[in-house]
Amino acid sequence: MSANNKSNQEPLFSAKNTKLLKKPFNLENPITVQVLGICSALAVTVQMKPAIVMALSVTIVTGFSNLLISFLRDTIPARIRIIVQLVVVAALVIIVDQILKAYLYDVSKKLSVFVGLIITNCILMGRLEAFAMGNKPWPSFLDGIGNGIGYGAILVIVAFFRELLGSGKIYGYDVIPKVVFETGYVNNGLMILPPMALITIGVIIWLQRSRNRELVDKS
Amino acid sequence: MHSNRYIIVYSTIMVVLVAVSLTFVAVQLKPRQEDNIRIEKMQNILASANIATTVTNAIETYNKFITQTLVVNNKGEEIKGSDAFGLDMALEIKKPVDQQQLPVFIATLEDGKKYSIFPLRGKGLWGPIWGYLSLTEDFNTIYGVTFDHKGETPGLGAEINTDIFEKPWGGKQLFDLDGIFTSITVTKGGARPGDIHAVDAISGGTITSKGLEKMVKDCMLSYEVYIKNKGRI
Repeated sequence: MSANNKSNQEPLFSAKNTKLLKKPFNLENPITVQVLGICSALAVTVQMKPAIVMALSVTIVTGFSNLLISFLRDTIPARIRIIVQLVVVAALVIIVDQILKAYLYDVSKKLSVFVGLIITNCILMGRLEAFAMGNKPWPSFLDGIGNGIGYGAILVIVAFFRELLGSGKIYGYDVIPKVVFETGYVNNGLMILPPMALITIGVIIWLQRSRNRELVDKS
Repeated sequence: MHSNRYIIVYSTIMVVLVAVSLTFVAVQLKPRQEDNIRIEKMQNILASANIATTVTNAIETYNKFITQTLVVNNKGEEIKGSDAFGLDMALEIKKPVDQQQLPVFIATLEDGKKYSIFPLRGKGLWGPIWGYLSLTEDFNTIYGVTFDHKGETPGLGAEINTDIFEKPWGGKQLFDLDGIFTSITVTKGGARPGDIHAVDAISGGTITSKGLEKMVKDCMLSYEVYIKNKGRI
């Protein structure tokens, strides 16, 4: 994490900056590699719609909290920096929650406490401490957006399989034809319960590590 | 290292700024959020009388079909000057039975028949459950129900708000042949075919099912006198 950009002429989407966006998708994925933010990944992945809204909410909060903290980084007193970070994150989360309640009421009901719990999502504080406190606003913003999307991508993948196998739907639409049910196929009720989210994430981690040997622990 | 004075001033300014911006957002969005809650309530009331609505046509449909609202007490007497729609059942059920204000919504459907809709409120496994129940003109047969919950287990207790659970309630009866209030039993393992006082429980959702059975029984019991007075006329 040494992305201290010295030159001001650097293009907005330089190789270094795009890397910040892309890294969280694979080698530094918050869920599958850093194992952060697991709790909400288990809770909101029963259906795709809430998962997508949750992914967007987290992405907005990580992006803007990184941006704000990076702007403030030289003024924040070291002794209360965690408190300052928390206040910024909490304020953003409350704003997102209020907006969801006003404009996406049905989804906000499904997400219930988990929007509020974005405050305690480890990805946020992790990125603020590890990146935003030591980098310029724009790279910090990209890092936040990248991590939010990296988290969201896993959420949506898990939700896709849980909704498909658990309820026979994708994004609320029935996709498994009646004929299949008539031949004796049944929806797997276990997919709806939290343990299957954990197992699905486990399978994703397994697939990812079998493709990227560098992620496998040496010991 | 920053001085204590700097830290105190810094945190004070930060907190004030955050408080002002949050207040601004909350105040700006409040009317919309309250509308959402009102619309959802209207949709639920209509759904119990088997009227399907969307978010956009809910208010219009509500005004069209809900022709009368009234508030009664547990002795069946009408309480004047109380707004039925505005009453919060979560607060009412906490009051002593004889002080409860109980709303009744009357829907007049296109066939000219009147259906009485009663709100329900109770406890599930993880939190509150609620719903509405509509009775036909005989004040005994259930016309339709709708249930909802705060946080019942998805796939198990949360199934109370699905058609599979709600549909079989239609046609069941609250009173037996002798006119005694028997309510509806939510039967684990499935209700006997033809039993007009029982519906199937949800597999794996036993506590939610039991909570729902108790909710229907307790809430409808408060209306017993009102219903009996109406039914006998």
